[in-house]
Amino acid sequence: MLYFTRWKALGIILTALIVCLCAVPNFFPEAQVKTWPAWAQRRLVLGLDLQGGSSLQLEVDSNYVKKQRLEQIRGDAQKVLRDARIQFTGGVVVRNDAVETRIGKESDLQNALSKLRDLAQPIGGLMGSSGQRDLDVTDAGGGLVRLTIPEAATLDRLRKTIEQSIQIVEKRVNELGTVEPIIQRQGSDRILVQVPGLQDPTRLKEILGKTAKMEFRMVDPSVPPDQAQQGSLPPDTELLPAATPPPSNYVVKKQVLVAGGDLTNAQATFDQRTNEPVVSFTFNTSGARKFAQATQENVGVPFAIILDGKVISAPVIREPITGGQGQISGSFTVQSANDLAILLRAGALPAPLTVVEERTVGPGLGQDSIEKGELAAYVGSILVVVFMLVTYRLFGVFANIAVAINVAMIFGLLSLLSATLTLPGIAGIVLTVGIAVDSNVLIYERIREELRGGRSPISAIDAGFKRALATILDSNITTFIAAAVLFMIGTGPVRGFAVTLGIGIITTVFTAFTMTRLIVAWWVQWKRPKTVPI
Amino acid sequence: MTTTQIVLISLGVLIAVLTVVSVLGVLPSLRIVPDDTHFDFTRFRRISFPISALLSILAITLFFTHGLNFGIDFKGGTLMEVRAKSGSADLAQMRTTLGSLGLGEVQLQQFGGPADVLLRVAEQPGGDKAQQEAVDKVRGALGESVEYRRVEVVGPRVSGELLGWGMAGLMLAIGAILVYLWFRFEWQFALGAMIANVHDIVLTIGFMSISQVDFDLTSIAALLTILGYSLNDTVVIYDRIREMLRRYKKMPMPQLLNESINSTLSRSIITHFTVTLALLALLLFGGHAIHSFTAVMMFGVVLVGTYTSIFIAAPILIYLGVGEHREDAKDEAPPAKKSKA
Repeated sequence: MLYFTRWKALGIILTALIVCLCAVPNFFPEAQVKTWPAWAQRRLVLGLDLQGGSSLQLEVDSNYVKKQRLEQIRGDAQKVLRDARIQFTGGVVVRNDAVETRIGKESDLQNALSKLRDLAQPIGGLMGSSGQRDLDVTDAGGGLVRLTIPEAATLDRLRKTIEQSIQIVEKRVNELGTVEPIIQRQGSDRILVQVPGLQDPTRLKEILGKTAKMEFRMVDPSVPPDQAQQGSLPPDTELLPAATPPPSNYVVKKQVLVAGGDLTNAQATFDQRTNEPVVSFTFNTSGARKFAQATQENVGVPFAIILDGKVISAPVIREPITGGQGQISGSFTVQSANDLAILLRAGALPAPLTVVEERTVGPGLGQDSIEKGELAAYVGSILVVVFMLVTYRLFGVFANIAVAINVAMIFGLLSLLSATLTLPGIAGIVLTVGIAVDSNVLIYERIREELRGGRSPISAIDAGFKRALATILDSNITTFIAAAVLFMIGTGPVRGFAVTLGIGIITTVFTAFTMTRLIVAWWVQWKRPKTVPI
Repeated sequence: MTTTQIVLISLGVLIAVLTVVSVLGVLPSLRIVPDDTHFDFTRFRRISFPISALLSILAITLFFTHGLNFGIDFKGGTLMEVRAKSGSADLAQMRTTLGSLGLGEVQLQQFGGPADVLLRVAEQPGGDKAQQEAVDKVRGALGESVEYRRVEVVGPRVSGELLGWGMAGLMLAIGAILVYLWFRFEWQFALGAMIANVHDIVLTIGFMSISQVDFDLTSIAALLTILGYSLNDTVVIYDRIREMLRRYKKMPMPQLLNESINSTLSRSIITHFTVTLALLALLLFGGHAIHSFTAVMMFGVVLVGTYTSIFIAAPILIYLGVGEHREDAKDEAPPAKKSKA
């Protein structure tokens, strides 16, 4: 136990040294570290609870996704049946998560089933390998045909929706000029957005909370809105509210002239005449063509610019707009014009997002937490170190050297993993200092026992290490299991605690098995002690 | 120079002096537990078991009558920490302002300094969106007069999930540790450790019920840590029991358990002392944010954990039938300590 080959000793010291050195980048300003080679840049990341910032968890409305898909199937099925001149009674309806219709003539049934089955697409597109299709068409008897979406197809659609949403969210967040935001998928239907340094997430939430579905549609001037409100709505029109007060309504045709997807650019500017904030936009070629045609046909009629089902403005077309450019004015403030431009540039979300969790820490509290955490860490470590010196004297010095190396290694490993340090994480490190000396206590107490049992100093030390190390391993593994579970279930600050606790256990076992033994071995070699001052 | 710096520097100097003195070997080393301690822990079980049973029943009763103070992680709702920008916070005025918002009960609590207020808004009916609207209302009502140091909003679905995950995690940890102990030791040890575990958790939950600290995700973290450390302790004693079982095949179980506990007693106490020192520093200087976290750990690790390992986990092995079917082999020489006693 006390004999180390030269190479082994060298290996241990080198390992410890390299791990400790990994902590070095944390002591230099970030700007300076950026100029270093890439492998040397890894450093600790401060959690949002320490550096301040905002963390939002957004949920995609999976019901909306499903409903939309059912509605789409309904439309397609209706069209297919009409095109094939198959009679159906009672329309094509969405009922209980399925699309249903009743085929009029029994002779048409087989034809209808095969036509409807052609609507199904392989899941995951052409590249999909599962061979499953995204639509089940069943004959429910009595001419009733039921179209259902298999579970796999729903999940696949949700996955795609999340992926698209993440892209859009990324664009929107980046447009806000934030520094190093983190945008991650969480589970099957959530997105985590973390923005360091953001103090008030109100605007962020507003921007992420909008689907930003933009549409240009014609207003139907034949019926005044008041009259329409009482129920006499012309076919293929709907009543939409205005986006800004005073409350008013518009009768708008359902047909979409141009959609937001045809926009290539949007900027907030000032109107040259009125000096009001406006949003100017540019269509792509096909959008420009469609818009030119529509405006040519409807000079003198107002059209509505609609965002998420609300009319932003409804200007009258004075002349055909053929250049593919235009501007939206709608009693904007500078910020709301800016926000709209951001939304239009980033594009529409495939489904609405809801904020389900928000955690924001201001910079003041973060700084306080860092200071308090540091102070607690210093005081805790010093108390433990003093106690070890008083209890074990020379061997206390050995233990303290081992603990110092241990803590340095924790910081090294945390930096190497670019782990996030949180306030509970700091608590984890302090706790590790308290528990790290336990391995030394176990060894030393065992040595004392062996000495009492009448062994010679060297033999007692040897036996002490041999017997204590097995115990150290066993006892630390149990704590490590707890830390691992905590890491799995925890988020944010709690996960930070699990990380430092887990890493602390690894370094503790390492130092107990190598550094402490090495130090004591050297001392034994050098002193050849007749008694052990323990 | 601040007082903190002065304290730290003087403690540093103390360490330097102590280190030099230690290396020179002038001071005698400290024996926290006398070498010839022989407390009859196994017999003491006749007192400690009823006490534990009583305390556990008390804790469970408290849990059902007094309940836990669920934090927003598990209950949903809004928590805000605000600091008045000038002077101290006027709680009465804030209460009136926020009371008129129609958000139901708004709890206000002085938190730290006179300018700091902790504000809780119960979960609003109407799903996730309603929580967001509530925050906007509070922000609108308080305006720019305060600094928003912390804002946490947990919607109803997330809070349900977090609670589920927390409980599942606790079960998973106990399960995983049990399996590990079962492989490393015998099943009786695993069972003994589990009883000790449950005892730890029950008493700590009782403590959380009395003190009404927020029961949230960090409490689960504290519980898991308590579990880990209590087991750490238990395993050290079990390791020794196993070693003694191999070495002294004929020693009666009560005596064997006593020897094992007594010979690891010094280590148990010293280790708990160092952990206490570390936790004490966190409790006194770590700030409000982790105050309840460390308080719970202090109770669980220091008070319950140590007691459980020594007075419950080890003596209970007698009832579980450990070492009953040992072979009739010859004993080695009895331990040196015993002959002295």
